[in-house]
Amino acid sequence: MIVLEHVTVSYGTGIGRIFAASDVSFRVEEGAAFGLVGESGSGKSTVLRAIAGLIPHAEGRVMLAGREMPMRRSTSERKMVQMVFQDPYGSLHPNQTVDQTLSMPIAIHKLGDSDRRISSVLREVGLGREHRYRYPHQLSGGQRQRVAIARALVLEPRILLLDEPTSALDVSVQAEILNLLARLRQIHGLTLLMVSHDLAVIAHLCERIGVMSNGSLIELTSAEALSSGRVTHSYTRQLLRSNRGFDRSGAEIVDAAS
Amino acid sequence: MSDTPLLTLRNLRVVYPGDEGDLVAVRNVSFDLGRERLGIVGESGSGKSTTGRAIMGLVAAPGIVTADEMRLAGKDLTSLDERGFRRLRGKKVAMILQDPKYSLDPVMSVGQQIAETHRCHFRSSMNAARAAALDMLAAVHIRDPERVYALYPHQVSGGMGQRVMIAMMLIAGPDLLIADEPTSALDVTVQHQVLAIMDDLVRSRGMGLILISHNLHLVSSFCDRVLVMYGGRVVETCAAGELSKARHPYTRGLLASLPELGRRRAELPQLRRDPAWAEG
Repeated sequence: MIVLEHVTVSYGTGIGRIFAASDVSFRVEEGAAFGLVGESGSGKSTVLRAIAGLIPHAEGRVMLAGREMPMRRSTSERKMVQMVFQDPYGSLHPNQTVDQTLSMPIAIHKLGDSDRRISSVLREVGLGREHRYRYPHQLSGGQRQRVAIARALVLEPRILLLDEPTSALDVSVQAEILNLLARLRQIHGLTLLMVSHDLAVIAHLCERIGVMSNGSLIELTSAEALSSGRVTHSYTRQLLRSNRGFDRSGAEIVDAAS
Repeated sequence: MSDTPLLTLRNLRVVYPGDEGDLVAVRNVSFDLGRERLGIVGESGSGKSTTGRAIMGLVAAPGIVTADEMRLAGKDLTSLDERGFRRLRGKKVAMILQDPKYSLDPVMSVGQQIAETHRCHFRSSMNAARAAALDMLAAVHIRDPERVYALYPHQVSGGMGQRVMIAMMLIAGPDLLIADEPTSALDVTVQHQVLAIMDDLVRSRGMGLILISHNLHLVSSFCDRVLVMYGGRVVETCAAGELSKARHPYTRGLLASLPELGRRRAELPQLRRDPAWAEG
């Protein structure tokens, strides 16, 4: 469903050239869930944005559903891939009601039947009729993230890109959103690509996992391998240890490397 | 170690009066703190940060802080006015906030900011303050203090910025350090480095530490004792190592809703909130 071949994103020229992502290749089968982990600046969000077509100057090939994506994507190519962002406070327009937020993509893609689509997508993400005419500030963080997911789903995409969808939420709300995503994936046969710095969250939702560091994909592994600690790269091992709570050995390794 | 606790709180309440009734942010919180590492966990809105701010005297009007008893190192905080709190902050109690990007002054070099704190508290000379700041930067494991001294906040990384904050907060030698989500804005591998440095300094100086965080794993692995807050109340207190044996349904619900490595579940149990938890 998603095939990346030698995707490179760089900024600047000459010696000042910075590689946000260098030579990243992987593939995700239809209906699978793939996770990308790494620290800030490791290039995981850059890869996501390149797949979404938000970085026109990305080099290499991005193939979605068997078609190579051109520099400028058509409306139907855009409809196929939708994205949910990290911060539901920042990604919703503060002056638009939920109804307006959801009807905009329907109008742009000329889908029609806006009223029915909106009420059914709201039901799917677990929001009631009473939420439809509210503004973002009248919703809780979890409800806002549900609206952001509804905004992506209303276009009936085949691929959902999730950029840290739960890191701005409390743990109990995080559980609700993760359950929702798992359910939606099953019902719609969605292909998911999720980015997070939390290994436990990634391993919960995704079967296959890529570890990124400094713009490169350094290890391809699976949730099972991560859970049992079978990882090869030392950086992945360190991430794994850091995720298990405070421990001095983890701290010392960083100290030596910095 | 003396028998009298460093900090005593009895029935601390923080209320924000409003048109539609009062909003009670903190309800009757009581605890004693010795020279130990205490963790306060809870979700957003549980009152954990407000508790920390009340101890610092930083609850802004219209918020009203009341307590039957509030003592820090023998000093009564309930009768203190703003001037009294100003004298207290820095020397007795200091606070580290979440994001160094917002809590450092962007137009002043980090070294000058640390030196300014020293000058303010000890009325020291420029040179003495500079020397103290350089020592403090070395104490938080900064390799080249001379170079970092002259850097501006935008030139340092998040982890280094947070170490600068720790240096600034500890330079006046407080008895109590309140760290409000000190590592939430940092990458996991850097988090532990910052926590280890904070831990070393707090131990070697015999200080008390309150670590406020939403991260249950972090708090239980770092602290000695944990308070779990919900709706402004402390619903449970337990030894940090025994958090997994917590009894309160809220704590258990929180722990269950965390995804875990090595234990894959099709669905995560969702927390059902009981309004009685906030009343109890």
